[in-house]
Amino acid sequence: MAEEVLVFGAWGSPFSRRVEMALKLKGIEYKYIEEDLTNKSPSLLKYNPVHKKIPVLVHNGKPVAESLVILEYIDETWKDHPILPKDPYERANARFWAKFIDEKCLSAIFKACWGACWGEEKEHEKAEIEHEKAVKEVSELLQFLENELKEKRYFGGETVGLLDIAANTIGYWLGVFEEASGVELLTREKFSKLCNWANEFVCVTAIKENLPPRDKLIAYFRNRFGAGNASK
Amino acid sequence: MGEVKVIGASLSSFCCRIEWALKLKGVEYEYIKEDLRNKSPILLQYNPVHKKIPVLVHNGKPVAESLVILEYIDETWQENPLLPKDPLEKSTARFWARFVDEKCIVSAWDACRAEEHEKERAVESAQESLGMIDKLIEGKKFFGGETIGFLDLVVGSLPNWLKFLEELGGIKLVDAEKFPSFHEWSKKFVEIPIIKEKIPMPDDLINYFTTSGLAKTIRGSALANNK
Repeated sequence: MAEEVLVFGAWGSPFSRRVEMALKLKGIEYKYIEEDLTNKSPSLLKYNPVHKKIPVLVHNGKPVAESLVILEYIDETWKDHPILPKDPYERANARFWAKFIDEKCLSAIFKACWGACWGEEKEHEKAEIEHEKAVKEVSELLQFLENELKEKRYFGGETVGLLDIAANTIGYWLGVFEEASGVELLTREKFSKLCNWANEFVCVTAIKENLPPRDKLIAYFRNRFGAGNASK
Repeated sequence: MGEVKVIGASLSSFCCRIEWALKLKGVEYEYIKEDLRNKSPILLQYNPVHKKIPVLVHNGKPVAESLVILEYIDETWQENPLLPKDPLEKSTARFWARFVDEKCIVSAWDACRAEEHEKERAVESAQESLGMIDKLIEGKKFFGGETIGFLDLVVGSLPNWLKFLEELGGIKLVDAEKFPSFHEWSKKFVEIPIIKEKIPMPDDLINYFTTSGLAKTIRGSALANNK
């Protein structure tokens, strides 16, 4: 059966990497198209006219957009190595936490790493307070994930699942943001389970092969957002 | 089938999605009304992360976030399926459900709350999103096809909420001329008995916001300025 799978992505985006991780886990061949986000291609605009964003998966000419929607599409289309459990409650749980990561964690992490330095210098004290508040918020959010992991090797249990893939932002990109901005968030003393999980996660072949080079990523974020909140 | 509870608030568009889904599937449930200004220990216990409604509790196990709950309901009770079987069609429904929540509802609220000098642009932005929904339903009876499905429940009470936001914010967002397909759909949707039984009405929303004093907290609120 001739099948064409395209992935439109950006090298540094955790969202497009998620799609590649899932395809790799299931052994699905695909063609990757790197998008220049400052100069979006006509193909991208055609395949995702609503949001004009990556990632987009195009399967036999039909596009699917939004990374979590794509992950579910991949799981329902290629049945090998399922990334969602069969039980409806466990599926709901994975979906809930994936949404949590995307809707709550990322923006809080960004704020903690770079938020307060967007303020003026004379508001230094106010910025300090805002920064501490942001760090505290991230800590609370990470605690939820730490508790959710419990004694499991992965969020998905014995093998990597949808939630692990969705948590790539925590498992790899968070460490990059920390180093780029100098702000410490995922400390071993507070989040030993999450740290262990992150170490295991990045060692899984299908994941490892899809992680952008760390130094290049750090340089990119430092360049884009500045030196970060820790540099005072 | 087990014990089913829904923790909700009657004016919430997110909650009615859940109740409609359960009713469509003939699932009996106990409804627990929350006072959002004074959240109960039960809600905080069952949704400690967001402390929000709706929460579905099935045999003591909670599920939160309306879109997650809808999929849970669809996977647990298989009668009258809400989502199509085909993965691509399913993805399309999920994509647009997120669009409704992340773009339509948010941009409508932003337009309602916008300061005078930003209002026109905010209204345009909201109408752009609504225009996409109008285009989506064009030529179809319901988003789900011949019968209502997942996306119909998600779009659900949006027309009523839009009427309310128009009055609250002194703006015009929808009309039959601008979005004829959306208008036709909303007329058919609210006539369905289980929908008609429980759907937030614009007048009730206006009453709630004005009597609770919440209207005053909305910047640019025409209602708050009037009374």
